[in-house]
Amino acid sequence: MLLIRCPYCEEERPELEFRGAGEAHIARPTNIAEISDEEFEAFFFLRDNPRGVTFERWRHIHGCGRFFNAARDTVSDKFITTYKAGEPKPDLDAVRGEKA
Amino acid sequence: MADAAMTKAERREPMAAAIFANEAVTVRAAAPASRLSLRAGSEAIAPLSSALGVDLPVRPKQTSTTGSRTAMWIGPDEWLVIDAGEADLMAAARGAEGIFSAVDISHRNVAFLVSGTGAATTLASACPHDLRLTSFPVGAAARTLLAKAEVVLWRQSETEWHVECWRSFAPYVFGLLREGAKDAALA
Repeated sequence: MLLIRCPYCEEERPELEFRGAGEAHIARPTNIAEISDEEFEAFFFLRDNPRGVTFERWRHIHGCGRFFNAARDTVSDKFITTYKAGEPKPDLDAVRGEKA
Repeated sequence: MADAAMTKAERREPMAAAIFANEAVTVRAAAPASRLSLRAGSEAIAPLSSALGVDLPVRPKQTSTTGSRTAMWIGPDEWLVIDAGEADLMAAARGAEGIFSAVDISHRNVAFLVSGTGAATTLASACPHDLRLTSFPVGAAARTLLAKAEVVLWRQSETEWHVECWRSFAPYVFGLLREGAKDAALA
């Protein structure tokens, strides 16, 4: 079974305890009433679907209940790293270097 | 009127008399207990700990027990408090200073006690969590899944587990544990 590290539980837990929650790092515009329909569409509906590394939100719904962010490779389904919600995107080269 | 009705209310536990035992495992329904679901920020931890008379643990998977009362770390701001003596936990929490949420879930949850040399094997038949002593030591607790039911596992000793589940899941959970216990006896 795929194991995912929960940054709040600080250990690897089985995939079944988690649920994906879409793309990460999408900032809600602060002037939401003023932006154009096209800009709102881009914020609200349009999502990237890259081949390769993607940043996603995940929720440890059957564990601590917390949302967190993860960098995952969509080709290999390998989780490169996970980090707490609110933290900036990690430097993946540095993370890979640590693991190697 | 409500009070009169309350005093006449008879508590009926689902699976109250349920028991299954073989040479490796005993699975039985636990006695009724009072339970509290607590959500609190870091500044409310100390006042709640002193009001409840049990330290709220702040590290993942930890529990702390004082007398008949145990507090389990469920999430960074969430605890499950169980009092086996059926004390009024809401009354105790009410006295604490600070902002927090306390919900009485005494009747929402029921528990099963799984004990014996095959206890971990029984749980592992339906639970994907790593239940070895290295990753789930004595005294640890965690919310996880038992097949499709969400449960809170609490390891009370090397061979004794306390399994909390929602009362409507109780027949399902007991059935799974019974089948797991049969398998554990074969191992």
